[in-house]
Amino acid sequence: MTRQADLLVLGAGPAGTEAALAASEAGLDVVLIDEQADAGGQGWRAPLSGLTLPRKGPDAEAGDALRARLAASRVDRRFGRRVWSIGGAFRLDAAGPDGPEAYQAPRLIAATGAHERVVPFPGWTLPGVIGLAGATVLLKAQAVLPGRRVVVAGSGPLLFAVAAGIIAKGGEVAAIVDMDNRLAWAKRLPGLARRFDLLKEGLGWTWSILGARVPFLAGYGVRRATGETELSSVIVGPVDANGAPADGTERSFDCDALAVGHGLVPGGEVPKILRADHFYDRLRGGFIPELDPFGRTTIENLYACGDGTGIRGARPSAAAGRLAGLAAAYDAERLDERTFDALAALSLKALADYRPFADTVAAAMALRPAQVAAITPETIVCRCEDVTRAEIDAAVDAGAGDINQMKHFTRCGMGPCQGRMCGDVAAELVAQRRGVPRDEVGFWTQRVPLRPVPFDTMIGTFDYADIPIPPPAPL
Amino acid sequence: MSTAPTYDLGVIGGGVVGSTLALFAQRGGLKTAIIDRGPLCREASGVNAGTLTLQMTRVALIPHAMRAHAMWASAREWLGHDVGVVVCDGLSLAFTEREAALLEERAGKRRAAGAPITIVSRDEALRVEPGISDKILMAGHCVVDGYANAYLTGQAFRAALIEAGVAVMENRPVKGLERTDKGFVAETAEGPVTFRRVVLAGGVWIEPMMAWLGVHLPIKVLVNQLTVTERIRPVMRTVVGIASGLLSLKQYPHGTVVIGGGWQGLGDRERGGVELVPERLVGNIRLACHAIPELAGARLARGWAGLEAETADALPAAGPIPGIPDAYVCGSIHSGYTSGPSIARSLADVILGREPDLPLFPIDRLLKAATP
Repeated sequence: MTRQADLLVLGAGPAGTEAALAASEAGLDVVLIDEQADAGGQGWRAPLSGLTLPRKGPDAEAGDALRARLAASRVDRRFGRRVWSIGGAFRLDAAGPDGPEAYQAPRLIAATGAHERVVPFPGWTLPGVIGLAGATVLLKAQAVLPGRRVVVAGSGPLLFAVAAGIIAKGGEVAAIVDMDNRLAWAKRLPGLARRFDLLKEGLGWTWSILGARVPFLAGYGVRRATGETELSSVIVGPVDANGAPADGTERSFDCDALAVGHGLVPGGEVPKILRADHFYDRLRGGFIPELDPFGRTTIENLYACGDGTGIRGARPSAAAGRLAGLAAAYDAERLDERTFDALAALSLKALADYRPFADTVAAAMALRPAQVAAITPETIVCRCEDVTRAEIDAAVDAGAGDINQMKHFTRCGMGPCQGRMCGDVAAELVAQRRGVPRDEVGFWTQRVPLRPVPFDTMIGTFDYADIPIPPPAPL
Repeated sequence: MSTAPTYDLGVIGGGVVGSTLALFAQRGGLKTAIIDRGPLCREASGVNAGTLTLQMTRVALIPHAMRAHAMWASAREWLGHDVGVVVCDGLSLAFTEREAALLEERAGKRRAAGAPITIVSRDEALRVEPGISDKILMAGHCVVDGYANAYLTGQAFRAALIEAGVAVMENRPVKGLERTDKGFVAETAEGPVTFRRVVLAGGVWIEPMMAWLGVHLPIKVLVNQLTVTERIRPVMRTVVGIASGLLSLKQYPHGTVVIGGGWQGLGDRERGGVELVPERLVGNIRLACHAIPELAGARLARGWAGLEAETADALPAAGPIPGIPDAYVCGSIHSGYTSGPSIARSLADVILGREPDLPLFPIDRLLKAATP
């Protein structure tokens, strides 16, 4: 019933897969679990089964290489599993293809990646508006365009990746709307140039965008999206370096899709559920677990790596994953100190090499306080529960001092996404309204399940007589 | 240190019990302060299932539960704020002969105590609640049932207390309580708070609170698991339980279904509800889906655990603290969200020098039992 192992790794992106490989190579019995059908995570995602992409980018190649190494390894791959329960020291319960499953091991590596962040604007809940990361999945895994005519807007390098992806698949990009102006990118060039291979990839995107003569609005942000029942146009206007709307002419683009994103938020549910210590780091995208250089959390035998521990990107995540896998193997006494040091040194160096590049990219994706401050009162912030900015402000004024109390007052974050979409912005709004640092308003108390999970897959088939009903309470 | 009394009454613990008590005491003319280590009603009073049911209430609490049910239903009038109370029918289901016997026995005793519970046939139960399984044998039916949105409790009480003029001291842990010749001094990081009379209303924390006064009152900590679905189309309209009491189930007007029943998770007084036990969560959900078959198509959005306090005989600790003048305890009430407001109101009457119209539950019985 319960699969016992030496190590469980949750999340098969670059971080989790490398962690599983490193620990497995050192001799641990490793189970690698993911909701997706194959390894690769969001960035290095495998195309849908049976789908052959005409042209492969560097991400697809990196993903194929990772999947090939995984296939040749002894790692027990459990894909298509939706993990809903995480227990201490350590047990995972999952809804699998054949019903409920349980996994147990003395060690757990959490490599659960990131969620995307959209700083709300009027109209962002209209059908036709999707996240940049969501658009990436469509393009990479399903070879599907987000729309016939797409505005690509927001901040960070995903803008260019998505625009280039749309162009490569023959789609039309109505405009690229980047919150950063050209000067901001020029200032970033030294940091980006530290990883020439990645810079080259970025330049490749730029080249295809230039070739398609797409209107490029630097220093602009989305003011609002309009449409009756679905998106019909996007109105953009100038913004300053902090993301606040600036004076200047608004422009409107007719389109049937808007791919928009303002960075990524670490998906650190597992260390939060298990109550590891966390701290707030704006550059890295939000509250992240306290880690030693090898990914050890403050909970014994719980490790974390990848974008769930702070936004760095796929390649640094792979290095961090390797370190976590090695640390788990070392702590399990499968590696001696010299071997561990030698193997870890390579990944530590890789991580250090990536750091200036990763910091530069992360800075472009970090939450901009002035952009949040400019959200209009009637704009919906929590789209699951239709909670507006004005309602959040009113809750703070009524005495909701932290994000969990604000949730009680408003239902913000109580819907199916459990605050994954709105949490970072909502907490920023509470902090701004109170005039206190983000640390003081905290983060959502993390609960199971990690994702909504259908009852019928959780409970399987059963007889009433088999339900272990406890004895009744005293009368 | 000054021991001059600042407040006539200090209430330590800001759940439903402490908040109701402080509100009625202040309205009765006592200058009252309420102190909580966190925000008001964020422990058991804010994270429970919100069920207002007589069919899970201890028989001895039925009169209080009846009055408290009416208080919740009229919260707008006396509290001034809504907590999303819906009054509806409630059904307690029996699927087996054993459960049928249990149901008849329990419903009978509760009815004798004043609860309007009748036993109805399968067909009648299906008319009351078309969503239930036709596998039932019979059901207990109570027209005084319903539920609140427990998470709104703190917001409602906070506003009411402030409007009434109570000094609300949130996020202010009390580290110790000292007796002086003029009353009590509560030690907090922000300085002492002094009052002439004190009520300890800390739920599961009543045990450490009583220790401040040198009294040992053991309080057991229950860790109740709860789950809630995403919003789904209407699949039920009543509060549904089973004969053993191990299920509480209802669908809120916005579409979510909350599943409870006291299935135990892991946790303790220090850390709260730490972890849900997957087998028990699945058991609770199986029971819910067995009762309301259409629920099986819903998705679990969230599960959590909240603490509930229980004395040695599972009856409340509500009354004066023996041997310590002007000190009272109030809490550890089974299904306390349902009955709490009424019991707190009775103790407020006692503190205000009035005769309570419903009996309290003095702790002498528990202290005797605790001392060999």
